[in-house]
Amino acid sequence: MTAAEDRPLLSTKELTMRFGGVVAVDQVNFSLKSGELRCLIGPNGAGKSTFFKCLTGQLKPSAGSVLFADQELSGKTTHDIVRKGIGIKTQVPNLFDGLPARENIALSARQNNSQRRAEEITDEMLELISIAALARRDVGSLAHGERQLVELAMVLAGQPRLVLLDEPAAGMTGEERGRLATVLRDLAGRMSLIVVEHDMQFIREIATEITVFHRGRVFIEGDVAEIMTHSEVQEIYLGKEANGAA
Amino acid sequence: MLSKVSKDWAGAGFVTTIGLAILIFVPILFDLFEVLQMTQYVVLSLFALSLAYIWGYGGILSFGQAGFFGLGGYTYAVAAINMGQTTVPFLMAIGLCALFAAALGYFMFYGRLNDVYLGVVTLVVTLILWKLINHTAGPEYSIGEARLGGFNGIPSIPIMTLPWQPDMEMEPGQMFQYFMAILIGVYVLLHVLIKSKFGRVAISIRENEVRTGLLGYDVRLYKLGIFTIGGAIGGAAGAMWATYQTFIDPNSFSLEVSAKCLIWVMAGGVGTLFGPIVGVIGLQYLSLKLGETDLINNLIILGTILMFLVLLLPKGIFPSFQDLMQWLWRRVGGSGGERTP
Repeated sequence: MTAAEDRPLLSTKELTMRFGGVVAVDQVNFSLKSGELRCLIGPNGAGKSTFFKCLTGQLKPSAGSVLFADQELSGKTTHDIVRKGIGIKTQVPNLFDGLPARENIALSARQNNSQRRAEEITDEMLELISIAALARRDVGSLAHGERQLVELAMVLAGQPRLVLLDEPAAGMTGEERGRLATVLRDLAGRMSLIVVEHDMQFIREIATEITVFHRGRVFIEGDVAEIMTHSEVQEIYLGKEANGAA
Repeated sequence: MLSKVSKDWAGAGFVTTIGLAILIFVPILFDLFEVLQMTQYVVLSLFALSLAYIWGYGGILSFGQAGFFGLGGYTYAVAAINMGQTTVPFLMAIGLCALFAAALGYFMFYGRLNDVYLGVVTLVVTLILWKLINHTAGPEYSIGEARLGGFNGIPSIPIMTLPWQPDMEMEPGQMFQYFMAILIGVYVLLHVLIKSKFGRVAISIRENEVRTGLLGYDVRLYKLGIFTIGGAIGGAAGAMWATYQTFIDPNSFSLEVSAKCLIWVMAGGVGTLFGPIVGVIGLQYLSLKLGETDLINNLIILGTILMFLVLLLPKGIFPSFQDLMQWLWRRVGGSGGERTP
C-alpha cells in the first residue's frame, strides 16, 4: 500500500463544538480510510449529530479542523463541501416533492454529466436501490421509507467519494431496511460511507467498524463484535454511568 | 404533441404578440383618458412583475416591494430635476434600486434569514424609508435643486423624454407605447431567465432550499441575484410611476402599496408572469368602477371579492383559467397538457 492510499480520506483533529457553556463535541480525533464504511453510534446527546453537522458544514466548529482529501473543510459552507465530492443524506429526506422520483435523481446526476450520461446514471441508481417501480411517482406521495431510498439514490447519483448518511433507516419497513443494508454493504469499498444510526439491528447488518460517541467524545472504536459485546458500551446504551469514560 | 418546453415558449410568444398588438393599437383606438388609464395599468403591471418573479420563481416573499418602487420614483425625480434630462435618471433609478436590493439581500440571505423573518425585515426597511422620507419637509432636505418635500412629496417631476433626446418630451400615446415596450421586454427577459440554468436553480430553491444547497448550489448567491433583479424591476416601475404622475410622495413607500402588489400577484396567480398582470388590470379596473358608485363603500366590495377569490380560486385567476381550459380540452378529446407560465 502506498503512502497516499494509507492516508485517511477524511480526518478531524481536535474538533470541538461549543454552544455557550455546553461542549457538544469535545476535541474529537477521527479518521476514515478510503472505501471504508463506518457507523457512528451513541446515546441521545452523545454528540454524534453535532459532529455530523460539523462535517457537513451545517455547523461551524468552535475549534479544530476537518480534512477531506487533504483539503480543509472546517468553516466551509455545505454547498462547497458537496462540490468537493461529499454526498449528504439528511435525517429528514429533502426532495423535490412536486417531481417524480426519476427526475429528482436525474437532477442530481445532471450536475456533473451530460444529459445522456445523467439518464444512464439515473437508470443505474434506480436499479441499484431497487426503486424502479417508484420512478414515475411524485415523491410527495411516497411513504417515508420510500423517500429515504429515493434520497439515497439522489445522493449517489452525484457520484460522491464520501457519503454521509444521517439515520438512513429511520421510518423504513423491514424489507426496505434489508434492501438499504445490501446497498450500503455493496457500496463500501467503492466509496467511503459514514452512517449515523440508532437502530442497532441495522448496524449489525451493515457495519464492520463502529465509532461510539459519549459525552461529546469518541468513547471507543472497534469492529462490530468487539463493540456489541463491550460491557461499558452496553452500560452507556442502558443509561448507566460508564466507568472510566473518556 | 408539443413538448412542455415548446408549449411554454408558445405561451410566452402568444402573450408577447398580444402585448405588441396592444402597444400599436391602443393609442390609435382609445381616447386620451383611456390611454392614461392603461398607462397606469402598464406601470403597475411592471411593479407586480417584480414581486411575481422573486416570489413565484425564487420563493422570496417580500412584504416591502414598495421600498424599491418608492426609491426608484424618488431617485428618478431628484436626478431628473437636477440633470435636465430623463434617460440617465431612469437608468440611475434602476441601478440604485438594484444596489439597494443587493445590499439588503446580502444581509438577509448571508445572515440566513428565511420565511417570515425575511418578510418582516423587508416590511420594516420599507416602513423606515417611508418614515424617513416623511420627515424631509424642511428646505434643508434638498438634493441639488430638488426639494424632497416631506409628506408633500415632489411636484413637477419632468416627463420622460424619448431615450437620449432631452427635447422630445413624450406625448401620452408615446409614453404608453414606451412603457408597454418596457413591460414586454421585461416579460420576455424574465421568461428567458426562468428557462435558463439560473432560473431552474431558482425554482429548485423555491421547491426545496436545503436540497438545492445539498446539490452543490450556493443558495445565498442565487437568492441575492433573484432579489436584486426584483429590486431593479421595482425601481424601474417606481421611476415610471413618478414620471407618469409628474409627482411622487412618501405614500409610494407605504404598506398599502406593498400590500396591493402582494394582492395583485396572489389574485393573478403566483408562479406565473402573466397572472399578476391580469391581477393588476382586473383589480385596478374593478377599483375604478367601484369608485364611481355611491351605493356602498367600494373597499368593502373589493375586500369581499378578494375573499371569495382566495377561497374559490386559491391558485389565482390565471392558473385557474388554464386549468379550466385544460379540463375543457380533455372533455372534447384532447390529450391535455402542462401549464405554461
